[in-house]
Amino acid sequence: MLDSGLIQRVLGAALRTGGDFAEIFVEDRRSSGARLDDGRVEELSSGRDRGAGIRVVVGETTGYAHTADLSEQGLRSAAEAAAAAARGGTGGERVVALTPTTAARPNAVAVPPEDIAKSAKVELLLRANEAARAEGGAIRQVTARVADSRRRILVANSDGLLTEDDQVKTLFAVQCVAVGDTGMQTGYESVGHTIGWELFDRVDVEEHARKVARQALTKLSARPAPSGTMPVVIGSGGGGVLFHEACGHGLEADAIAKGASVFKGRRGEKVASPLVTLVDDGTMGEEWGCFAIDDEGTPAQRNVLIEDGVLTDYMYDFLRSRKEGRGLSGNGRRESYQHLPMVRMTNTYVLAGNDEPADIIASTERGVYVKALGGGQVNTATGDFVFGMTEAYLIHNGEITEPLREGNLIGNGPQVLTQIDAVGNDFAMGPPGMCGKDGQGVPVGDGVPTLRVTALTIGGTAA
Amino acid sequence: MSAELDELLAIGDRIVGWAADGEQVEAVVVHSRDTEIRAYEGDVEQLSSAETRGVGVRVVCDHRVGFAYAGSLDDDVLADTLAEARDNAGFATPDEYAGLAEPDGVPIAELDLYRASLVDVPTDRKVELAIELERIARGADPRISGVESADYADSIAAAAVVTTTGIRAAARETGAYVVASVLASDGDETQTGFGFSVGRHPDELDLDVAARDAAQRATRMLGAKKPPSERLTVVLDPYVAAQFLGIIGTTLSAEAVLKGRSPFADRVGDEIAAAAITFVDDPTNVLAFSATQTDGEGLATRRNALITDGVLQGFLHNSYTARRMGAVSTGSAVRGGFKSTPSAGARALSLAPGTKSPDELFAAVGNGILVQSVAGLHSGVNPVSGDFSTGAEGLRIRDGVLGEPVREFTIASTLQRMLLDVVAVGNDVEWLPMRAAGVTIVVDDVTVSGS
Repeated sequence: MLDSGLIQRVLGAALRTGGDFAEIFVEDRRSSGARLDDGRVEELSSGRDRGAGIRVVVGETTGYAHTADLSEQGLRSAAEAAAAAARGGTGGERVVALTPTTAARPNAVAVPPEDIAKSAKVELLLRANEAARAEGGAIRQVTARVADSRRRILVANSDGLLTEDDQVKTLFAVQCVAVGDTGMQTGYESVGHTIGWELFDRVDVEEHARKVARQALTKLSARPAPSGTMPVVIGSGGGGVLFHEACGHGLEADAIAKGASVFKGRRGEKVASPLVTLVDDGTMGEEWGCFAIDDEGTPAQRNVLIEDGVLTDYMYDFLRSRKEGRGLSGNGRRESYQHLPMVRMTNTYVLAGNDEPADIIASTERGVYVKALGGGQVNTATGDFVFGMTEAYLIHNGEITEPLREGNLIGNGPQVLTQIDAVGNDFAMGPPGMCGKDGQGVPVGDGVPTLRVTALTIGGTAA
Repeated sequence: MSAELDELLAIGDRIVGWAADGEQVEAVVVHSRDTEIRAYEGDVEQLSSAETRGVGVRVVCDHRVGFAYAGSLDDDVLADTLAEARDNAGFATPDEYAGLAEPDGVPIAELDLYRASLVDVPTDRKVELAIELERIARGADPRISGVESADYADSIAAAAVVTTTGIRAAARETGAYVVASVLASDGDETQTGFGFSVGRHPDELDLDVAARDAAQRATRMLGAKKPPSERLTVVLDPYVAAQFLGIIGTTLSAEAVLKGRSPFADRVGDEIAAAAITFVDDPTNVLAFSATQTDGEGLATRRNALITDGVLQGFLHNSYTARRMGAVSTGSAVRGGFKSTPSAGARALSLAPGTKSPDELFAAVGNGILVQSVAGLHSGVNPVSGDFSTGAEGLRIRDGVLGEPVREFTIASTLQRMLLDVVAVGNDVEWLPMRAAGVTIVVDDVTVSGS
């Protein structure tokens, strides 16, 4: 993406004021999307973002500057701005010798989205619209969206690293609004992978749309969710966000270092039910949070965070691992060249257990079965977290019964982890997610088998 | 007008000048400079300086709309972006109402939102502010065990909108803020709190307020327990109320109404809220951090009454929703920067204040909960059905005064019911760095889920 001689000169300029580490991150991102709403293909859009971010570290201070100007002059002035921010040390010439490396791609792209005619995208949205509306007159509104992106990145730093990645993602999402006597209800589901247009070889667009329509229609007859504490069974695939919030964020080394995590100082300790083994895995095939290299150039890794209930490790970015003098974990990510990297999850999931999913439900006398979760949020310092249920049912005498209206569930991470008393043998990954932290969004994946938490607080309105 | 704005307008003129016969073209051109500094343990942890340029182009041809954007203002990029938007337009479904805004004769207010001297504030001064904020926050209370972040940030933003339909508008704004997030500890227990101060120039910021609010929010939560489940009167503090008002604002977008996604469609003229509620969106109010003199399509912003004494007055329109619904644009086109097309929405919402202070409201409530923060708004509020359920923490109100802290519970109702259940609005309107002003609100009969 950039000539290695130019990269060397820019890194040299960045180190002029005495920085002990300098890095250049170059990004060229093309995205395109089409949206159908209200029966019409409203808009096709295309975007191009290209630029570079330069980071200079002196001691504990990081200076950062970014520019959309990739000329030598543009890059040099960004390097100088980053260096000025991180003054200190002894200046002087330093020559950086770059060693190009190639990291293995976790996935292959069969059909680049840029090769797909726009008319094919339009046709796909129209099919989804028709299929969803055919589910019944109560379906009053359908929104369908297809989005794809190709993100090429290059990372080089003063340790001599020079590496690149080419990340292609494709996503399809449908939302439906159903209207009945009780008002309006919505259904939503998305599917996305780090692959090209071959996504649609395995996604049945009509069936996906019908499923979303039925979700909205089912909710029309839903009763208000209960209020209070009871057992919750999380459905296979849909519930990974529970662990993303309950402990994922609290295992990020930046929160640990600042004393802002309830999991600080607990490595080696039992923090969860022995049924729980939690993994964060950036190498995971075609999942939404996978990549060849993270946004600091570290190859993706599979990291076991909790093994049989024992906390084995935290997640790290470059600065935190350097400070602790330990290996990198491949969790240094950023939204774009306009952002500094920080510790982020990739694909976070709980390994399958031995229980039959049907037995887990049958042995629950009264509780809630959550089939699909929405987003969530956590306060890592207290461990309190919430997550939304977008599709849920009441469990009565060991059977899944009436649908419930939407609501949040609330719990405390360290407590909930110890209250998991059944883990199913039916692991599945969930839909693509967007994780927000400190103003930056990055794509993440998650997954779980069916599992049961003995007590969670359901934020409904019914007695 | 400044040279910078002239330059952005000239770029817009150039793109619009390339329009073909029978084609409407709109160019949104932006240039912004941002500085962000985070202090930690008496030193700079991060200092980031950024300059962003970008363009978004809409083309309307044969009643079809296409859009493209680019994060660059280089000449060849401008031409490519227009070509891409034009190509995209060919694939949209024809819509007889598709089109750009046209000048409507409403004069654009000259709002004082730009502090020229921000450009000259040296970085060292900004660094001092971040470090000083961290120092004050750390020392604000002996129970403060750490400062998770102490940030200073500012921005200088300029934007122009030019169209073939005769719109040619440009404006610039500055903004600055500090925000602190602190940890308070007692034994094994840790609680968190944040505080901030916003303005248009560093001299307008009050570090003491930011540090004191953060420390108070964190320390008063120490010892918090999960409350029992019950139906209670809930008092929303200004920060929490502003978040709910923002969501109610989205339900009053004409776009949500048109597309059957607003629970308040067909309710104009009805009492949808308690009589204590008078709700306006007024981006011309310079006190609002989100004030702006032109909307996302280049029309003058204006004061729009949404609810008066509980009665729904109307919705917020951009030029498209207005054309389709036989209304006029309310100057409410909003866009998420140059990378998206304009939707219709609120920008600077506020409730008309009541007469009582928060303490007087607590006294009147007697028994209830003051909610000082909520979690999971994005997953717990459905602006279509109106159902909401969010995580919450705060303080019990007992015998008319604030009592012990409570956490790990949810509050739930529907937006429709909540508007009707408001029994009082405080006199403490406060402009926050979001699209709604905060004010203390008392809501009856909310379900609290706890133990």
